Amino acid sequence: MRTMKYWTIAGLAVTNLMAGAAFADSHSAPLSGELKIFLDTSNPAPRATMEKMIADFGEMHPDLTIETTVIDREAYKTQIRNFLTADSPDVATWYAANRMGPYVRANLLEDVSDLWEDPEIAENLASTKGAMTIDGKQWGVPYTYYQWGMYYRKDIYEELGLSEPATFDEMKANCQAILDAGKKCYTIGTKFLWTAGGWFDYLNLRTNGFDHHMKLAAGEIKWTDDSVRQTFANWKELIDMGAFVDNHQTYSWQEALPFIVSGDAVEILIGNFAVAPLRESGLDDSKLDFYQFPPMDPSIPLAEDAPTDTFHIPAGAQNKDAARAFLKFVVSADVQTEINNGANLQQLPVNAKAAVDDDKFLKEGFEMLSTNSPGGVAQFFDRDFPAEMAAEAMQGLQEFMVFPDNLDDILNRLDKVSTRVYK
Amino acid sequence: MSTTSPALPVDQYEPPRRSFYKRNEIAITPWLFLAPAILFFLFYVIFPIYQSFSVSLYDWDGLSEPTYVGLENYRELMDDSAFEVSLWNNLKWLVLYLLAIPVGLAIALFLNQTVTGIRLYKSLFFFPFVISQVVVGLVFTWFYDPTFGLLNTFLGWFGIGTINVLGDPTLATYGIIIAGLWPQTAYCMILYLTGLNAVDPEQIEAGRLDGAKGFRMLWYIIIPQLKPATFIAFVVTIIGALRSFDLISIMTNGGPFGQTRVLSFYMFEKALSEYGFRMGYGAAIAVVLFMIMLCFIAYFLYSMYKEEKGH
Amino acid sequence: MFPTPIEKSPRSWQLTYQALLPIALIFWLAPLIAVAVFSIKPDVDFTQGNYWGVPSSFEGVANYGKVFLESDMPRYMLNSVFITVPTVIGAVALSCMAGFALGIYRFKGNLLIFFMFVAGNFVPFQILMVPVRDLTLDLGLYNTKTGLVLFHVAFQAGFCTLFMRNFIRQLPFPLIEAARVEGVAEWKIFWYVVLPLMKPAIAALSVLIFTFIWNDYFWAIVLTQGPDAQPVTAGITSFNSQFRAAYHLMSAGSIVAALPPVAMFFLMQKHFIAGLTLGAVK
Repeated sequence: MRTMKYWTIAGLAVTNLMAGAAFADSHSAPLSGELKIFLDTSNPAPRATMEKMIADFGEMHPDLTIETTVIDREAYKTQIRNFLTADSPDVATWYAANRMGPYVRANLLEDVSDLWEDPEIAENLASTKGAMTIDGKQWGVPYTYYQWGMYYRKDIYEELGLSEPATFDEMKANCQAILDAGKKCYTIGTKFLWTAGGWFDYLNLRTNGFDHHMKLAAGEIKWTDDSVRQTFANWKELIDMGAFVDNHQTYSWQEALPFIVSGDAVEILIGNFAVAPLRESGLDDSKLDFYQFPPMDPSIPLAEDAPTDTFHIPAGAQNKDAARAFLKFVVSADVQTEINNGANLQQLPVNAKAAVDDDKFLKEGFEMLSTNSPGGVAQFFDRDFPAEMAAEAMQGLQEFMVFPDNLDDILNRLDKVSTRVYK
Repeated sequence: MSTTSPALPVDQYEPPRRSFYKRNEIAITPWLFLAPAILFFLFYVIFPIYQSFSVSLYDWDGLSEPTYVGLENYRELMDDSAFEVSLWNNLKWLVLYLLAIPVGLAIALFLNQTVTGIRLYKSLFFFPFVISQVVVGLVFTWFYDPTFGLLNTFLGWFGIGTINVLGDPTLATYGIIIAGLWPQTAYCMILYLTGLNAVDPEQIEAGRLDGAKGFRMLWYIIIPQLKPATFIAFVVTIIGALRSFDLISIMTNGGPFGQTRVLSFYMFEKALSEYGFRMGYGAAIAVVLFMIMLCFIAYFLYSMYKEEKGH
Repeated sequence: MFPTPIEKSPRSWQLTYQALLPIALIFWLAPLIAVAVFSIKPDVDFTQGNYWGVPSSFEGVANYGKVFLESDMPRYMLNSVFITVPTVIGAVALSCMAGFALGIYRFKGNLLIFFMFVAGNFVPFQILMVPVRDLTLDLGLYNTKTGLVLFHVAFQAGFCTLFMRNFIRQLPFPLIEAARVEGVAEWKIFWYVVLPLMKPAIAALSVLIFTFIWNDYFWAIVLTQGPDAQPVTAGITSFNSQFRAAYHLMSAGSIVAALPPVAMFFLMQKHFIAGLTLGAVK
């Protein structure tokens, strides 16, 4: 009897906690009507996670009819412009920073700055506020993020007697040792271009720092500037060594993974989402490990890429009250702990009060982002740079990786594009 | 459009019970029969062409209100290196795609026999045409793959090193064109096989008596008789070349670094792809492509017109 | 017959020819044969680099089973059917009527309208892309099979009308004259006299349009998104992103996607070729 009572109370406590988070300051009438949610989490595991979360929200609001539509992640990227203009849902997933720019400027997203005034969100989500802000207003809330960094074959490192590099020079020395052993250092597939953007992000963040990187993204620094050239010079050192796998321009990132699985290449610079497929192909934690991209210049504070996925309310939404309640629910500490855990998204929670899953890579990533990224946290190349600039630039980055000698030509071209993009 | 033929003179001696429709049946019927097709066609084909022309004069991201910019998009095209690359690639496609015609003829000549099982051979040779370009693209991507592709395995037997066809900016377009030629050649082959069936045996006999053999026979007697087949092969090949989109999108996605783009792909990329928000600019590219096509359309129509007059 | 029939040539060349045929065919179809071989291999063959050796085990059933049971492929296939079949019916119906009007009647503007259909049929898709997409959005038909079908019907009407009109031109005109003299109504002439004679053209055109529409990719990605409405040509690309680098599954998926038009071709070969080559001989 006592145990039962205990459990009931505990259960109530949890429910209260969750409800409290969702209703932090809304004492209005219970939510009703229809809530249409569009998701881009089309892979089976994240899809199940999101559906479960939405079902939980639905249980708290029995009068609310929730209709969820899951759209293929790639298709979603072009479809969003259609449903935002034509037939808006009440809530939609998307990405932070400049990726939401075109929709914000076209007045297609709801200003949710009011949510961010709520101390629950303002305090616990402070670190992501910048990425959600355009023109001083917030246009959505984050629900998950993940680190980028060097994932490497621990067993091969041990075999070759190498250790995680503490500086860029050490990283190059490691690479030389790997090359001497007849392997490639880094696998990458640049067919769809953005993976090259990851390399540029890190090399530029390390060479010139976070502020410089953001100024470049905002068009305040020219591509032909010497500082940017220095970034490419550092990159060229790796290319000239033969550090990257051959023919990367013909592969997608997934097609590049077999090289690291087979041991023909030893490392990959990628987001944490690559861990799952690598584990599936047989690289357990004894074979796969992670290190932060090492510093080049000790005077430049380390900064990281940590792409954030987000929820927004389209301007044309019908049920904005319910949508706001849903956004609050999603970012609450418990929900964040739950959806980002190892059984679900396997990523990092955005709420500072949420718990990070007990997973080697997540713990290391969280540690890195919360304590060792003093310079700042960038989103990712194609989220920080305006769409058109990103498209042109990533193409140039790919060209540079194949023909480093074309650099002048590439940079001049990018300058030309930037004069139009940032007019 | 609404030029109905002169109505029959209203005949006052006609029994009055005949309705207006009955009296003008011959004049009205064709329009009734044409109406659905014409309406559909105007709505979905003719009118959009006009709209594309007008969109091309605007700066429009497809989300907010368009701004009129006059010929600005066209001016920018003149100065766009990616556009230039696309245009050149289109030219390569046009010229090289025409190879489908002689190769198709050669295969048709090779297969124009009556041995047992030849029907099955003909079908199997024709087979690539039936497969969608998406699948053809995938098949050839793997064929060229630098790690395991059949092509490089094959080259390996002769001690030739790996060629990454689709990763090499100078080769990639040719690689895609070859993939496109595969089904297109099959199409031309079937046209010629049918054409060869209808070649007049008496003329061949007459040629033989005159001592024509082999290539001379082919050139002076056979090919002139295959003219209708050649015309159709030419038409479908040109259209196919200018429509090339699927293969590029599947095989290289325009890369490496945009070197395999053609106008049709570049247009899509600018207007509707993941990072493309420039409807007006895309429309301007489409207009240029349309203008190129228009030269050929005019030529085709002229040929058909002469034909019609000849009847 | 040209070239000289093989029976009349020396025995040695006859034998060479017989041997050359299968070799040439294998070369011609090599890329496809490769994919067929891939599709029955187990995935360990790919991780171990055994791309071209004998499959270490036969996994055809498992691979194809996965395509059908563990992916959206069946839905995409079904979408393709629901897009292709109505399009064929619609385009053929419209063009039978239009072809009849243009082929039988003499009236002002006949040739002009005919040329409009012909020219429209040659137009590059891209010039239609932005407006047709907006139109479809405005009609609320974006990402629906109906939206795709309506456009396909309209666009294919061009080619089909060209085809039908030329076919009808070859019909014996006196037959129609005779019917008119007997006072048969015009629509009855269409229905009872002309349509029965058009059966071979309808069959040929149907098979042809079926293949064209089934294989369409461009409009599929412009007007639809996701497994609700997308046909299999577009579906195969998302299938591939789901199974990226799983070549055995991608191969099996590609073969499944290609199968219906191939089956159609082999079953209806006579009509198919008649359709493609109409006009290639006089």
